[in-house]
Order: sequence, then C-alpha cells, then structure tokens
Amino acid sequence: MSDTKTRTPMIGASVRRREDHRLLTGTGRYLDDIEVLGAAEAAFLRSAHASAQIVSIDTAAAVQLPGVIGVYTAADLAPMQKAIPPKVVHPDLRDVPRLPLADDAVHFVGEPIAVVVATSRHIAEDALDLIDVEYEVRPAVSSIEAALRPDAPRVHEGAKDNISVHVVQRSGDPDAALADAPHRLTERFSVSRGGGHSMETRGTVAQFDENTGQLTVWDGTQSPHYARNMLAYLYGMSEDDIRLIAPADVGGGFGPKAQFYGEEAVIPWLAMHLGRPVRWIEDRRENFVATMMEREQVHEVEIGFDDAGKILVVKDVFAHDQGAYCAGLQVPMITLSTLPGQYRIPNIHTELRGCYTNMVPTSSVRGAGRPQAVLAMERMVDRVAEHLGLDPAEVRTRNFIQADEFPYKVGLTFRDGSPLTYDSGDFPLLLQRVLDKIGYKEAREEQAVLRQQGKYRGIGIATYIEGCGLGPYEGAKIRLTNSGELLVTLAAAQQGQGYETVYAQIASDAIGVDMEHIRVAGGDTARIPFGQGTFASRITATAGPAVLEAGQAMRERLLTVASVLLEADDADLEFVADRICVRSDHEHGISLREIAQVSNIGKHGITMKPGVPAGLETVSYFSPERAAYASGAHAAIVDVDPETGEVDIVSYVIGHDCGSVINPMLVDGQVLGGFAHGIGNALYEECFYDEAGQPQTTSYLDYSLPSAVEVPPVELEHVHSPSPLNPLGVKGAGEGGTIPPPATLANAIEDALRPLGARITEVPLTPPRIVGAINRALSADRGD
Amino acid sequence: MKPARFTYHAPRDLGEALQLLADHGDEAKVLAGGQSLLPLLNFRMASPEHLVDINRLPDLSAPRRNADGWTIPALARQREVETSAELAADVPLLEQALVQVAHPQIRNRGTVCGSLAHGDAAAELPAAMLALGATMRVAGRRGEREVPVEDFFQFHLTTAIEPDELLLEVRVDDLPAGTHTSFQEFATRRGDFGIAGVAAVVGLAASGAVTSCRLAVSGVAPTPVRLTETEQLIVGNVLEPALIDAAGSATQDEVSPTGDVHADAAYRRQLAGTLTKRALREVTTKASLTHV
Amino acid sequence: MSDLATTTDEQTVTVVTTVNDVKYVETVESRLSLAELLRSRLRLTGTHLGCEQGVCGACTVLVDGAAVRSCLMLAVQVDGRSVETVENLASGDQLNPLQEAFSKHHAVQCGFCTSGFLMSATARLREGPINSDDEARECLSGNICRCTGYAGMVRALVEVGSEEAQSERALSDE
Repeated sequence: MSDTKTRTPMIGASVRRREDHRLLTGTGRYLDDIEVLGAAEAAFLRSAHASAQIVSIDTAAAVQLPGVIGVYTAADLAPMQKAIPPKVVHPDLRDVPRLPLADDAVHFVGEPIAVVVATSRHIAEDALDLIDVEYEVRPAVSSIEAALRPDAPRVHEGAKDNISVHVVQRSGDPDAALADAPHRLTERFSVSRGGGHSMETRGTVAQFDENTGQLTVWDGTQSPHYARNMLAYLYGMSEDDIRLIAPADVGGGFGPKAQFYGEEAVIPWLAMHLGRPVRWIEDRRENFVATMMEREQVHEVEIGFDDAGKILVVKDVFAHDQGAYCAGLQVPMITLSTLPGQYRIPNIHTELRGCYTNMVPTSSVRGAGRPQAVLAMERMVDRVAEHLGLDPAEVRTRNFIQADEFPYKVGLTFRDGSPLTYDSGDFPLLLQRVLDKIGYKEAREEQAVLRQQGKYRGIGIATYIEGCGLGPYEGAKIRLTNSGELLVTLAAAQQGQGYETVYAQIASDAIGVDMEHIRVAGGDTARIPFGQGTFASRITATAGPAVLEAGQAMRERLLTVASVLLEADDADLEFVADRICVRSDHEHGISLREIAQVSNIGKHGITMKPGVPAGLETVSYFSPERAAYASGAHAAIVDVDPETGEVDIVSYVIGHDCGSVINPMLVDGQVLGGFAHGIGNALYEECFYDEAGQPQTTSYLDYSLPSAVEVPPVELEHVHSPSPLNPLGVKGAGEGGTIPPPATLANAIEDALRPLGARITEVPLTPPRIVGAINRALSADRGD
Repeated sequence: MKPARFTYHAPRDLGEALQLLADHGDEAKVLAGGQSLLPLLNFRMASPEHLVDINRLPDLSAPRRNADGWTIPALARQREVETSAELAADVPLLEQALVQVAHPQIRNRGTVCGSLAHGDAAAELPAAMLALGATMRVAGRRGEREVPVEDFFQFHLTTAIEPDELLLEVRVDDLPAGTHTSFQEFATRRGDFGIAGVAAVVGLAASGAVTSCRLAVSGVAPTPVRLTETEQLIVGNVLEPALIDAAGSATQDEVSPTGDVHADAAYRRQLAGTLTKRALREVTTKASLTHV
Repeated sequence: MSDLATTTDEQTVTVVTTVNDVKYVETVESRLSLAELLRSRLRLTGTHLGCEQGVCGACTVLVDGAAVRSCLMLAVQVDGRSVETVENLASGDQLNPLQEAFSKHHAVQCGFCTSGFLMSATARLREGPINSDDEARECLSGNICRCTGYAGMVRALVEVGSEEAQSERALSDE
C-alpha cells in the first residue's frame, strides 16, 4: 500500500507553523478579541483580608450607579454554590469546600466575594469602589513555618491543625540504611512561591440561548472538557447543553489555567439568569492575587552514602504550601515521585506534609513540583561529592540507572497509583554529551586559574527525570469534510504549542496525504465529546498516538472507497495531491471531494454502492499504559560577584531527551521557553506575603519576569530514547527546560563560593540571598 | 485596572493650566508624560477628579541653553534629553542616568521634569539632579519660584510642589573643566529601578586631587541623599585605591536604609558602599583618559 | 467591549487621529486608553493588554514613529497624532521581512506578546542596524515573552538587522 512517489515524512521535520501568519499580523483571536453583541462586563470584588468572617456586604450604592446592571453575592448564586472538588485527591486528604464565591468566610486576599455586572468594565470597577464590606478580621497564616507552629491560627475554622494531607512513600528499609550508612549528610532547602504569569490573563465569556437551551462559554482554559464537566456538575445541567470553547488563540497557559476557578462558574450563571451575554477578562492585578501559584516548599533531606559515593538511602521530608484550599494534590505528589531522579537508590523515604495557609491556592505551574525535588536531590549529590573530595559529575555517573535497565522500577508509586516505572532513557550518555559540550574538563582547569586570581567561578550540574504523557486518555477525530479536506479534531486546546501544525504533520504521515489538505481544530467540547486537557506535558504522547491511529484508520477507509469506485485493488492505489489514483495510470483516479460526495452525502434515496462505507470519520482515544519519562541534564558555568551577589551565567548547556520528536524546531522552542521560566524561578521570581497575609508583590514593579537580557544564550544537546509506551515513541517536552535550572545554578553558585564556604539553600538565588550566605559564612569563620 | 472617572482638561497656555490647578488644587493632577501617573490611575492608587493635560502648552518641549548651562522644560522627553549630543557633552551625568531609566518605550513619553515631580525615592533622575546641584522652577497662579534641589525632594513621592503648582523647568549648570561624572546602579533586571544608585560629580585638579565632590545616593532613604561625610573624606585627596575603599566604608556607615521585597537593609547598605567605589573608580578612569 | 456609556453622564472627548494611514474621528470617554481606542472602537485587536502598567510591552504601538505603551496613554492624547499598529506591517498577505524572520526562527508561540515585540523592533530597526546578539537582546529587553525564551527573536533580529539586510531593503525601497 505504499506510494511510489517517495513522500517526505512530515514526522521529524521542522515545519514552520501555520499559526504564525495570523499571530504576526495581529489577526489572531484571543478571548478579549471575541465580540459578543450586547455583552455586559463583569468585575469581581475580592477579599481585602487573608482570614475573616464576612459580617455584611452592602451593595445598595453600587446597584444605584448608572450603567450597573446588577451586583451579586454568594446568596444570589445559592443553587450553584457547591464545592469545587480538587483535581487530584488522596484518601487521607482533609479537604475543605472551595465555593465559587466565598459566602460567610474568606481565606485569602483576592478571594472573590461579589460580582458587578455593568455596561462597561470601567463602570463595573466604579461600582466595586461603592460596595461596603464589613469584616471581622482573624489572624492569618502566611508561610509554611507559620502554618506548622502548634499555636498557629487555623486557616479553616475548627480544624485541629493546618495540615491538609500527610503522605509517606518508602522503598527498601530507609531507617536501617541511614543507621548503617558509612556517611550521612543533611540539609534544609526552601523554595519560594511564584506564579505562571502567562502574558494573557484568565477570562470567561458566556452566552445563553433560550431557544436552544444551549450555554456557550468561551474560556482561556487549558482543559475545556474538565471545565465543561465542572459547569454541568455545578449547574445540574446535561453536558450536551454546555458548549465550552477555548479560543483558537490563548496567550499562554503554563498550568494555572488548567484549574477550575469560581469566576468560571459565576460568569455563565449570570449570563443564563440575566438573559444577556456576560464577559469577564481578568486584569493583571487580579492575576497577581487570585490566579493560582506554586512552588513554596521546605525540604529536610538526609542522604546516606559509602566511600565511593554510592547513594545508599535518601530521605526527604517536605512541607508543601497548599494555599487556602486544596485545588489538587498533583504538585506535591509529583515532588514525591520525582526525588530519586536518574539514580539507582535502594532505600527511599519521601514524606509530604501539605499545609493550608491564608494565601491563594497553589496548583501546577510549569515544572509542577519537579524543580523542588530536583533541587533537594541534586544539591545533596553535590554535597556528597564535596564531602568525599570527588568530582560531582563522577558521583552522578556512579549512581545512574544504566541504559540497559529499562523498564526500571523505582520502588515508589506514581500519582496515578501505578508503580513508578521509567520507560526508557540513557542517562550516562546524556550527561556525557552535556559535559563535552560545555567543555567540563577545561572549565575545571580554568576555574582553578581564576580562583588564583581571586575570581569566583563555579560549575554546576543537575540531572532530572520528568513524568509526562499522563493518562487517562486523549482523543482525536478525523473526518473527510464535504469539500474534500481532512479535518483533525482534537479535544486538546493549545496555548502556543503549535497543534495546528504538529498534528497535521502526524496526520499527513498516517494518512499519506500532503499537509495542505489537512486542517487541525481543537479545544471545543461540541466538536468532540471527551478530553482531559493540556497540562503535565502530556498531549504529544497521548493525542499524538490518537491522531496516528485515527489517521491510519482513515487511510484504510479512503482506500476502501476508492478501490470500490475505481474498481481497482487497494494495493494498486496511491495518493497524489488531493486524489487517489491507480499507480500505473494517474488519469484513473478520484478526488477526496468526490469520495466525500459518495460516502458522506450519497444520492438521495439511492442505495449505497456495496462495499462503500457511509460517512468518513474515524475516532481514536489513546490510553497510555502508564506515564512516560523524559529526562535531561543541565550544566552551567557562572561567575559570582561577592560584593553585590550578582550572578553572570558564562555558559549554559541543556541536554534533553524527550524520545522521538515530531517537529524538532517546536521541541527546541518548548525547551528554551521552559528554560526562561527556569531562570525566572532560579534567580528572579518570588511572591511575598506579609504576616497578615497581605500580598506584597502585586505588580510587575515587584515581581520580576526575565527579559531577553536576563535569559542567557543556551546550547542544546539532544538524545532520543523512544518511548515504548506509544507507537510514535514520543514523550513530553513542555517542562524539561524549567525543571533543573534552580538546582543547576544553586550548585554552580555554591561551587563558585566554595572558597568562602557559603551555603546555598534558598531559591530564588537573589543577590541579597547570595550576599547573606557569604556574610554568614564569613562571620562563622570569624567565630561570631 | 481601569481608571476612575475624571474631568479631562487640555489647556492651551500656561495661564489656563495654572488657573485650573488653582481652581482644583488637591483634586487635580498634571498629565505630562504620564508614565508614572497612568499606572497609578489604572491601579486606582490615585483618583484625581481633574486631569490637567499640559502636552499642548507651547514652548515647553525643547531643552535650551541659558547663560550658565541648560534649561530642561516641563515637556522635554527623557529620550530627547538622553540622545542630545550637546547635553551629553555639557552634562554627561544626565545621559548616564537616563539610559538606566526603564526602557526606550517609556522614555519616549516620559519627561525629565515629570520624573522629578513624581519624586520616587528609587528613581535615577532625582539622584542625578541632586548630584548636579540643579535648580527647579515651580509655577503657580501666584507666581513662579525657584527651589534648589536640596529642598525639592521631601519624601518618597512628595516634593516641594504645592497642589496648585507645576514644575515648569529644571536648570543644570555646565560642569567646570576637570569635572567627571558617573552613574552607578544595581538593579534586579535591565531597566528596573535600582535597588540603590550612586550619582557622582567629581572635580579633579591636574595633580589628581579632588577639588569638589558631590555624591548622591538613591534607594537608601525616602529621598535621594548627599553622602556628605563620604564627600568630606575625599575632598582634597587623590583617589587612590585605599581612599576609594575607605569611601565605600564611609558610605556604608553614613546611610540608614530600610528593607523591602527587593532587598533587606543590610544588603542595601553594602550595595551603596560598592556603588560609591564603582563610581569613584569610573571617575578616575575617565580622568586618566582625558589626561592622556 | 462596551459601546459608549450612553446611560451615564461621563465626560466624552473628541479624538482626531490617523491610524495606519486612515483618519478617524471618534468620540470617547475621557478615561479611555489608547489601547482601548484601538481595540474596542477601531477593532484593531492585534495590540494586546497584558499588564496595564507599562511593563510587559504587549500593548506597544508607534505614535508619531516612537514606540510607546498604548496602555499608558489616554486615547485623547493621540488627537492630532499618527499611530501605527501591527496591522500595518504586512502588505496584504505578504509578511514583511521582520515578520517573516520571526516565523522562520520560531520566535512566536502563543503570539500574545508578538505584536508588541514587532512594534518595538520596528522602531529600533528604523534607527539603525542591529549588529550582535547583545544588541538584539538589548532591543528585546523592553518587552516580556513567557513562551519562547527569546532565542528565536534574537536570531530573527540579527538576521534582519544586519547592515547588509538593511541596505538591501533600502535599495529595494527606492
């Protein structure tokens, strides 16, 4: 069934993106660009206190303001005020209800408590200023440390403490191994809160058609079906009456938009009950206080090892900042299972304490709990090397899982409940390529020379694994449209990943038709009934195989129809442009459009020709057997100015293995884009709350996103260990660049400052923290 | 983040503008470049009832020479001052400070006088003007008055300008021969406000001895401040490495910073000392280049 | 996006401005920003709002040839002035060299920041060549991207900003 004209495979080609043209010409359609005639604008009143009882909300003056259509509180939304369930749970989770609008108590500054609907956003905000709220303020908890104190104020009334969940995972016998280990080291590491900060904020636009009973919601969500299902649950409506559309263009996701927020339930409800479309576009100030964040964790790590630097046991007890509600346990559960990394560790103890705090809830932000685990493990590996006087690269090499040991069972359980099993990889090769690229040997030599000159140069390495391609499933439909175009419909929504291009590439190879005859659409629950969403670097490894399978099935059907209509054997047919022809006589052929005419449309009242299937649509849902594991290694050479704490990244190399690659240019884009987040997390981004739980970083004057000057140039090295878990051999590429930079740079900075004995344990690695670490080391030296 | 309502006025001459300020006083704000004001309006941190847009006032755009130096009027854009070769030749400190101010997109609209009138304690231009010993000319319905820079900045975001006045222009004198300048800042990112900044205007005799020294530091107090003790240490002496180090230590002793989300007090103190040293080193480098 | 708030007594002002060589006369609320004039009133939605405080740069347009933050200008402030937005860069369907280079070097992912970067770069390239990666990064530093990590943008700017590329374009413009 092969085509005689050798097709250039699209899979593996760096095809330029179809999305680019509209985005470069300003003709993309983002949520705020969608015009819905007659739409009113909404604005949310948000809690001014981190912990308080709402005594009263007086909306009388706000309602009177000309241009205001209505002002609503929880009481007005009673029928749909149900708790939003957390995305990932645990049997021991002590959950507390998170309502769309807070009713009698508020638990974080920024929590929505009322909503104004008006003829313009300006007027809606004017009305917010007129709403009078009486609070009975209570003491708040705004850090893990504060949350864990025995006498801490309770974030949730009546709770016995501020712990949300306590999970322990063990393999082997960690206690005995620690007791027996020839060497033991411990350290405490902490990572601060930060946000995703996609350039487009959140938003929801809703319209209800009374005539059809259909609710249409446009929402910048990463998970259209999840959001649609949540609305159906909250409203008690059938999912078929709710159409949720993620716009074709969404300005970035990174995790926070994969969650479900109260505002997303309130806006469509208002549209239904006001009988008029309603728009809510989040502004950046709201984004700072009410969009979910991540990252704050405190780790107490202990490692046991022998004289050769073989890791015998690692024990990591960590506390995770849940925020005011548990939006889901995925992040800390991922931290738990990411800890062992690329190493063979016979005894592991990972222990999680989730803490409630009076701050906006946390959930996945690019990296999603992995960077923290990598920080803990990779910093300890460097400490092992330091303790034994060994090279840190050598210690890693002695502990790697080898390329012939896959599938490798780590001994822990993954978040999906299955045994944590790595599918494929070549860790020694990956590190070796990175070290060669950065010139590791020469770099060490140069470091020695520079140290003599009183310069503080450091080299840091970090390796990691990344669970990706998660189930339960993802799907694709392929339909031959009546005009003869092949339409691939994904459930998944994109926020810049290039799905319109990548999935056309896969479909092109699967069907055997040029990309120009294929179009990709997605993110619309009315077009495909089931889907999970774009998060956790999962779509390539799940939607990819689905498109492949649906495409192969479509190819067979098309050939079947053509063989009947052309009265030729399948084996004698080939695809040429938009036609299927007999190989030996291209004149004898039929166009895709004609095939559609016969199979989709038919002739009114006339029997189908025998052997011709009716309706050319194929569908496939791919359920991976378990998560795939991408892997990587980063290396950095830095110079540190001890007076100012400034870090100059002299050289940075990223080694990346995401299995087989559909579009190499786009994969590199994901790695480098993720790296910018990694730099932000490592050096710049930090959210502060004061002791009363008041956010202190509420604008871009206070919260620093890296620009092109702050993100250093990077060299990339690729290794390809295909995954056996799907026919494409693909894994995920979305977060690899983000995961190890904090560990890599922390290792490099501590290495640079080794002559001073400064200990680096807090991320982000800001100049004040670095200078603080130096000063502490110097005063310890002096015996202060 | 939409502003509250205001009544917008676009006066066509200075008298009209000053009358509006006299009429509305506290309830009016002047709109020039708007790069500091518009964010405040968008955040509703400021909700003036009246906005007096002075962008149509004539003859206030171009910096001009006066008898002793330069006059920079209210509507002179930061970018224009930054890229003026003449100004750079006569008062190089201005260009050195301006390239650190945000990004060109901000400097294309923002005005020099606007930044001074706003009076942000972390901003670059106030420190530069303090080091230059500039003179501000403030205008109101009651008349015009001159305010020396030492009296102009009173607190973070508070200056000597009364509610019914506007900053009409700022005057900086030409630097005497043998004067060298440096602006040193350490910021979290390119274009950010400095965590601290030091503006140095140093006169050197042929012998290398310091004849005059004005050091202004930002980021360690609610206004830019002169490092008078450090200056006294330097004047009359040659800027050798040992003296420069001592100047750094003197700066650390002289300042009393507080901490915030960007940096703690101890760090700011140390940074101020480091920046003084860097400024003085740059001054000596420039001096040695001109003597070649 | 709402129409003029007819139910209220809010002050309105008249703005006469040229946007992408087309003259407009619009009556707007005095507090409407330039970004909102472009997006809501003129339906030129290529300019985006990312922060409304002048930092992210997604709203960057050219006013009288200078790159500015349209979120930090009132609509009335472009009265008597000319504005250029991203919609003016291409000729029909034909991308200009800067846009073409952005696509070629994969400098676009979600696209939300793209128009701001294109306008900032356009203004900078009109001032002179970009001769190195460092100069490119300096030019890019006034805008924020959260998707690409900037590497593709640097390559694109160096390619179109080189002396040769600039003089070739100057010759072809003659």
